[in-house]
Amino acid sequence: MATSAPEPLSAGIEAPGRLRQPKQVIGGAVAALVAGWLIVKAVGNFGGFLNATLLGLTLAGLYFVVASGFTLIFGLMRTINMAHGSLYLLGGYIAFELQEKLFSDNKGGFELSIGQSSGETQYSTIEWLVPLLIAALAMGVLGVLIYQLLLRWNQGQELRQALITIAVIIIAGDQMLAHFGGVAKDIKLPASWPTSVDIPLIGSFGFFRLTIVLGSAILVGLLLWWMIKRTRFGLITRAGVDDRDMVSALGINIPLVFAAAFFIGSLLAGFGGVLGGSMLSLQPGQDSAFLLNSLVVVIIGGMGSLGGAAVGAVALGLVQAYGASYLVFGGTDLTNYSILLTFGLVVAVLAVRPYGLFGRPA
Amino acid sequence: MNISVRSAPLTRPEKIGLGVIAVVALLAPVIFSNFFLSALLTQAIWLGLVALSLIFLSSYGGMVSLAQVAIFGIAGLVTANLSEAEGGLSVAIDPWLAAIIAILVAVAVALIFGAIASRSEGIYFLMITLAFGVMVYYFFGQVTSLAGHGGVNNVAIPGIVGDRVNDPASFYYVSLAVAAACYFGLRYLGRTPFGLTLQGIRDEPTRMRALGYHVEVHRTLAFGVAGLVAALAGVLFVWWGRRIGPGAVELATVIDVLVVAVIGGLYRLHGAWVGALAFVLLDNYTRRWTPEIGDILGPERFNTLLGLIFLAIVLISPGGLVGAYESLRDRVRAYFAGRRGDVQEDASLAPPAPDGASGAAAGAPADRPNGPVAAQADVTFQRSKTQTATPEIGGEE
Repeated sequence: MATSAPEPLSAGIEAPGRLRQPKQVIGGAVAALVAGWLIVKAVGNFGGFLNATLLGLTLAGLYFVVASGFTLIFGLMRTINMAHGSLYLLGGYIAFELQEKLFSDNKGGFELSIGQSSGETQYSTIEWLVPLLIAALAMGVLGVLIYQLLLRWNQGQELRQALITIAVIIIAGDQMLAHFGGVAKDIKLPASWPTSVDIPLIGSFGFFRLTIVLGSAILVGLLLWWMIKRTRFGLITRAGVDDRDMVSALGINIPLVFAAAFFIGSLLAGFGGVLGGSMLSLQPGQDSAFLLNSLVVVIIGGMGSLGGAAVGAVALGLVQAYGASYLVFGGTDLTNYSILLTFGLVVAVLAVRPYGLFGRPA
Repeated sequence: MNISVRSAPLTRPEKIGLGVIAVVALLAPVIFSNFFLSALLTQAIWLGLVALSLIFLSSYGGMVSLAQVAIFGIAGLVTANLSEAEGGLSVAIDPWLAAIIAILVAVAVALIFGAIASRSEGIYFLMITLAFGVMVYYFFGQVTSLAGHGGVNNVAIPGIVGDRVNDPASFYYVSLAVAAACYFGLRYLGRTPFGLTLQGIRDEPTRMRALGYHVEVHRTLAFGVAGLVAALAGVLFVWWGRRIGPGAVELATVIDVLVVAVIGGLYRLHGAWVGALAFVLLDNYTRRWTPEIGDILGPERFNTLLGLIFLAIVLISPGGLVGAYESLRDRVRAYFAGRRGDVQEDASLAPPAPDGASGAAAGAPADRPNGPVAAQADVTFQRSKTQTATPEIGGEE
């Protein structure tokens, strides 16, 4: 068959392994170019390549934790919680505040965050875990509140729900600016944890990123997988994704299931916020950054698919990490154009699969 | 289809109202103070233009795009960089040429965005365009050689346009002319075969595809047209403020424009300026009388107030101010018209869903001359709700 056949061929009768459309040829060429470039870089400095890869994977871990909640809510309810990034940031801020207020050595001091160099509090592991738990649970509860108060009675009106949660972004963003200010804050890690570990070929790598963030992501992924595949809640969730009306006709208390989904999804946002607040930093703008990350992850992976979220997170994390290391050509540093790579990633996926790698029309 | 597109004749009060608005708009430089003219009215005009591009896409194409601010920003940024300015590239070519190149670039980007996003629908479209919008913001924020560290300032403007501080009237008239051209141009476009096809695709993409129309191409072209409107707004914005920075395209601005469009009503072209005017007035005057409640609400917390108003409008009247007016008008008319009003009241009582409201074409005011139209609008509402559940035929090429 001629490569230039203009009429679209249905995917079903396409012979495997044969390139028919110019789109596929271009896609293949771009993929080959990128792969070739990475191989050249990897051969040139293998340790550096591994380091960038590992950085990308740890970023991916954080993105997965946040985006899995986003995609869980959408998968079940067809609701885009645009305020997901706000829940992320608020979760981080709450953990930061709790750590300062409850466990700081010089209690009640307002100048804490300014005079950092002298007498910085040494936090123990429990003093990191308690704020984490409380903040994550608080975000879960807040998510349920958002659902119950604002979204529940608009079920099925997707656009309206999206607009409502966008209104929540504005209010939450402004309130957080008022209460936590514009200065970047970070949640202190336990003093007993090493700051970095030595890995052969790579050298020293952040301990927290490698173990806690990556470990949490794997744990969250496994737990969600177990929940979706093995529990009654997961059974209902999967059935709900396929046919909501039928599930509700069978007498399942759908509002309760939806509230539970919102609780878990928002809890994951808050959990991600604490991880992100410890690994990166908390400041205004992080809410839209993580909204974008979550959006990109699920656009790539496909809305409502847990595996898709994992693949999307890894793709986004790696693209960002490689972009930050390898966009230097000779003397010209193009790393500040790295957002174009993210754009290219989204375009490449959408050009081939308009609903994401594992997605399907809602 | 034809019926729902044809604009119904205006009632006498509406004609008078339109006349008054036209006269006030033309005489604004005489009536209002210079501050009001340049800071409020002119701002409302370009803000309304951005919202207009969003409303055009949502009302005629059924696509709620959050990438319009990005297109607006790209046009503004290119204009600022090509003109003589502080910061940025400062290529210093003629401002008119800079504006034309900027508009071409912005429309090209809009066509690319449209080509990618047009293959998805509904909430996916919203999400993809939002992702594009936020990406453009990060591009602005990171590429300081283009956007400068403190934005691009003191952009040169063409003499004829006039400085907004020294000569607000001429700038106002230029903006007004652009806005009027865009508004009537889009209304005209809605009645052309292209516009009719677009509205058909909005209501029944699957059926239109089966009829042999190329759905994606129409959507992409509509995106390009909307991009042109947004680009014009971007050029006006740069000439108005003589500066542009990453803040012009941040998520908050995207939301502001969405607020404007929703306040005005997502499905009426003229709603864009109703919303823009309401927004600008709120922005300028609420700070004085906003009650101060701790640090939760107060003059500093305009965004909280804005968010609450936005929330209230989305929750109570998704049709925005225009929708609220039309619903009220229909009720009043139904009250006076007795039995004739049954159908109209029925339409106005339909579940207030933004996506549902798309059933009534933008060009057609809710003044429905006969029953079937209202019924049709209702049917479309039902369809657009179930549409997401319909399997896509040939969705994947």
